[in-house]
Parts: sequence; C-alpha cells; structure tokens
Amino acid sequence: MKRAAVHVVLWGYAAVALLPLLIMVWNSFRSDQELVAEPLGLPVSPSFDAYQEAWVEASFSTYFLNSVLVTTASVVLSTAVSLLAAYALARSRSRLMGVIEQVFVSGLMMPVFLMIVPIFYLLDRVGLASTRTGLILVYAAVSIPFSVFVLSTFLRQLPVELEDAARIDGAGPLRTFWSVLLPLVRPAVATVVVFRFVPIWNDFFYPLILVRDRAQYTLPVGLTTFFGEYQTSWSTLFAGLVIATLPLVLLFLVATRQIVAGLTAGMGR
Amino acid sequence: MATVTFDHATRVYPGTERPAVDQLNLEIEDGEFLVLVGPSGCGKSTSLRMLAGLEDVNGGHIFIGDRDVTDVQPKDRDIAMVFQNYALYPHMSVADNMGFALKIAGTPKAEIRQRVEEAAKILDLTEYLDRKPKALSGGQRQRVAMGRAIVRQPQVFLMDEPLSNLDAKLRVQTRTQIASLQRRLGVTTVYVTHDQTEALTMGDRIAVLNHGVLQQVGTPREMYDRPNNVFVAGFIGSPAMNIGTFDVKEGVVKVGSADVPLERSIASGMTDADSGKVTLGFRPEALDVVPVGTPGSFDVEVNLVEELGSDAFVYGTLKGDTDLNLTAGETNQLIVRIDPRSVPDKGDVIAVSIQAGHSHVFSATTGERLG
Repeated sequence: MKRAAVHVVLWGYAAVALLPLLIMVWNSFRSDQELVAEPLGLPVSPSFDAYQEAWVEASFSTYFLNSVLVTTASVVLSTAVSLLAAYALARSRSRLMGVIEQVFVSGLMMPVFLMIVPIFYLLDRVGLASTRTGLILVYAAVSIPFSVFVLSTFLRQLPVELEDAARIDGAGPLRTFWSVLLPLVRPAVATVVVFRFVPIWNDFFYPLILVRDRAQYTLPVGLTTFFGEYQTSWSTLFAGLVIATLPLVLLFLVATRQIVAGLTAGMGR
Repeated sequence: MATVTFDHATRVYPGTERPAVDQLNLEIEDGEFLVLVGPSGCGKSTSLRMLAGLEDVNGGHIFIGDRDVTDVQPKDRDIAMVFQNYALYPHMSVADNMGFALKIAGTPKAEIRQRVEEAAKILDLTEYLDRKPKALSGGQRQRVAMGRAIVRQPQVFLMDEPLSNLDAKLRVQTRTQIASLQRRLGVTTVYVTHDQTEALTMGDRIAVLNHGVLQQVGTPREMYDRPNNVFVAGFIGSPAMNIGTFDVKEGVVKVGSADVPLERSIASGMTDADSGKVTLGFRPEALDVVPVGTPGSFDVEVNLVEELGSDAFVYGTLKGDTDLNLTAGETNQLIVRIDPRSVPDKGDVIAVSIQAGHSHVFSATTGERLG
C-alpha cells in the first residue's frame, strides 16, 4: 500500500518533469503555422525543416561546436587540475595546506554575478575577451572549488596504506596516482564531471557578458537569436532546444551508474 | 636472506618533543623471526616503518645485511610488507595484486604468472586468483596480503599486526600458519604486534618497547623467566604477573603477614632513593596454596574464581591491602593459579606462599631488575 503510494508520487513527478521535454520534441517537428493554430498538438505530418533551419541558417552548427569545445575543454582542464590539487590537499598535514584548501573551498560561496565585472576587465586586458579560450579558462576556474571539495573528501577516505603498499611495491608518485588511486576515485571523477558539465553546458550568463562575437556564441546564447522583438520562430526554437538538450540526456544515460556509485561511496564497505 | 641492524635509530615526528623511537639498537639475525611488541603508541609500528623506508630516520642508521639503507627508497630495500588492513588494491584481481610489484619491476609476464601461481599454491589461493579482494573472506584477504609479500622473494618480511583484523579462532590458526611458513621460507621477519601471546608463540626472539625505548630483547623463555624491569614483567605473561611495592626490613620483604627472604646480592643493589622499599613480582603460577597460618604465607580474600578446565585462577586481594598495592596488570586484583579440582568460594580466605626462587625483585625507584 505504502509502496504503491510512493510509486504514484514518483511517476507523477516523472510525468511533470518529462512532459515539457516531450512537448519540446513534438513541437520541433511541427511548422510555425501548426504551432500557432494548436500549440499542444501532435506532429501530424512531421518535418525536419526546423532542424535544418536551426542547424544551417541559424548557425547552430557553429554554436553547437563552440559549446562542445568550451564545455569539454573546461571540464577536462578543471578536473585534471582539481584532481592533483585534491590529492595534495588530502594527503598533506601541514597547516599552510589547510589554509589553501579553505581558500579553494571559499570559492563555493562566491556569487558569479559579483565576479563578472572584474573578470571582464581581466580578460579584456589580456586580450581574451570574446574568445573561446577566455571562456574555457573562466569556466575551469569557477569549477575548481566544487571539484576540489568533492575530490579531496573522497581521496581522504582512501586508506594511506594503499599508497604505502604501492611505494614498497616500487611505484613512484605518478604511477601510484595513475594505477592505484585513479581507478578508485573514478566514481568521484564521474560525479564531478557531470556536475560541472551540466551547468557549463547550460550557462547563459558568462557568454552573454564575455562574448560579443556571434561566431563564438555557445548554444544558450545562440538560442536567444530566435527571440525577435516582433516575431519568434517557435519551431526553430524548439529544434534548437532539442539540439541543446540531447548531449545532456546522453551524458546522464552513460554516467548514471558511476554517479550513483560516487554519491553513495563510503556508505558501508 | 639478510640480517637487519638498527643502530641508534631515532625518529622524532615534526612538532613533537619526545622521540617516537629513541636510540633503537637491535640486531636481527639472518632468517630470524623477531617480534616487536608493546602497548599502543610505544613506537613498534614506527620502528617497522623506519625499516620499510616509509618513515624518515632522524638519527642513527639502519642496515639490511651490510648495506646502510637509512636513506634508501622503500622499493630499493628488497623488503615486502604486510599491512594491518592488508592494503590490497581493490580494483585489481588477486593475481594482479600479488604481481603488481613484479610488474613494476619489469619482470616478464610468464615469470610473474609462474611466481604468483607458486605463491598461491602455498597459500591455498589458486582458485581465487581471478577474484577481486571484495569477493574474499577476511582470512583469504589476509593470505593474499601474505602472498603479495612472498611473491617478491624479498630479503626481509615486515608484518604490521597482520592478524588483528581476524576473529579470535582464525587468528590462532593463522598464527601457526605464518610461523611455520616463515620457518619454511627462512626469510628474516620483523613482526609487530600488541598481543603478547602472539609474541610468545611466534617469535624466535621478542623485543619489548615502551615509550619509544627498547626495554628488553630475548627469547620468549628469557622474557618470561627473567624480565629486565617492571614494565616487561607486567607486559609479558597472561594472566599478568602480580606486582607490588613493599618494605624491606632486616633482609626480608614484608608481603602482608609473610616474610619473603631477600638475597644479600639483591639487597645490596638497593639505593638510598629506594627508602627501604623494593618492587616484588611473582607470577600466578608461582604461588602455592597452603593451610591458613603456615609461616611464610599471606592471606588472600577471594573475589572471583575463573575456571578454565585445565586451570583455575583466583582473583582476590591481599588481606589488609586496602590501597591495592599488589595487583596483576590492569585487573586491580591479585591472581593466584590454583588446582582446578579444589576451588575456594567467593569470599573465602586462602593462604598462599611464593615458591622459592620464583619471585622477581625490582628497584622501587627505577623499576630495573635487582640481581
């Protein structure tokens, strides 16, 4: 009885969450006229025109590529840096390192809106404003606090004896890190990657402020080009949204198991 | 095969005053099984880790064979270590765990496989070689940890409380397995434990440490029969030795109503600082139950009788000993071994006398053995 109730609640929640996604997908296959006439109808004669328009004419191919490049590069960069930093922080007993860790973690409390003006001037001064490189560096930097926090917590749970054993077995620091520790922190790495990938992929704010050149736009900013003052191309917008959402769905499908393992790590041995 | 020598080896942890290991001098013979034993925090594990190269040596030297390894990296010391929690690599199979060191050393794959299989055969692990450590029982994991050490064919085995994660029954069983395996392989072994029973049963020799200072080294028999000081006397033996500090008058030690004669050579070792007192120790089995009132006996009030079948132990108090001067170990009681076929009741008073030549006399101030 109780189980059934829980199921009803969960399925209800799933329906509420999935319905907008379904409407988005359906509507992307319909024309503007159909949408105006009947906003919530099914695609009677499905067409891919909207996708073609979005991908080619609205230069979504460029935006998509930019998004993939910026997101992947910044996640890879921040995860690599955070892993090494977290390892050092987790294993050091010095007070200085404790302070450094607090500096890292204090970044979690920093609202991005406060940082945007200094960041803009900084990038402008070094000639990285309105470039993908600048965007990658900014994203990598703001990702580090969270990644360091999660990874160092996880690394602390690993027994030090594993590293001692590896040292006696003849493994150097890099070998120990690569062959012994990395396989064990994989769930935490997966968690960090997904939890950073999603907000960066979706982020609208930084590219809106930092990128002026249309050729450097990422998907979320690119989507705004469909909103006109007098008219909006709804079907193209829906197609663009589907394009923007698809990689995230794929990521979750691939990484769910690892993420669950990462979030539940340490619960029982 | 090699000897191991600690030469004034000292370890001071950063930020602490007192050395964790203070001027350790110890010579371990080729093929010997030496047990480092002591209470927690006594420096036994630190000593082992210094030998392993996992801990810096702040003073003195450590030799393996004739080679000074004081500043040599762990991997170049030709040692293998078994950790308390086994430290098996969770993501590797048993075979990969055992072969990891050889793989890093660049040993050909076929040879690794062969040596791993040999070790697995010795340890009864052959059918588990492809399993992950997670899928093994505690005893099997322990054997894998041993196997990892054996596969390397090192000059010295280091073992850091390898049995403390096993249940009592398995511990006793594994204890004998490790000891006989070591005899068979003939590899010099340094074994750390806090359990004096393990030390007595396994070691060729035992080294007792306390507060980072080596107290005594010797065979189990020597340690039991002739402890060098009060600490060793109280630490080695189960149940523990009865120890108390008593007045000496006219060449006899006054234990309750009993006069225990003190040899002249022993009495001459007393100093003014002792102010006429000695610390006297005698084991539970060094006491004879005699009829109450026998000259040279003292009375014990029985608090509890522990019957073990082959033996029975009386836990009691020396009559009139209100401040619990004479006690065994942490029990706050005096322990007497008695004939299990005639046990007294709780609350009875029995008279006991110390067997001649079975008492140990220590300085009341320094705790060192007299005579």
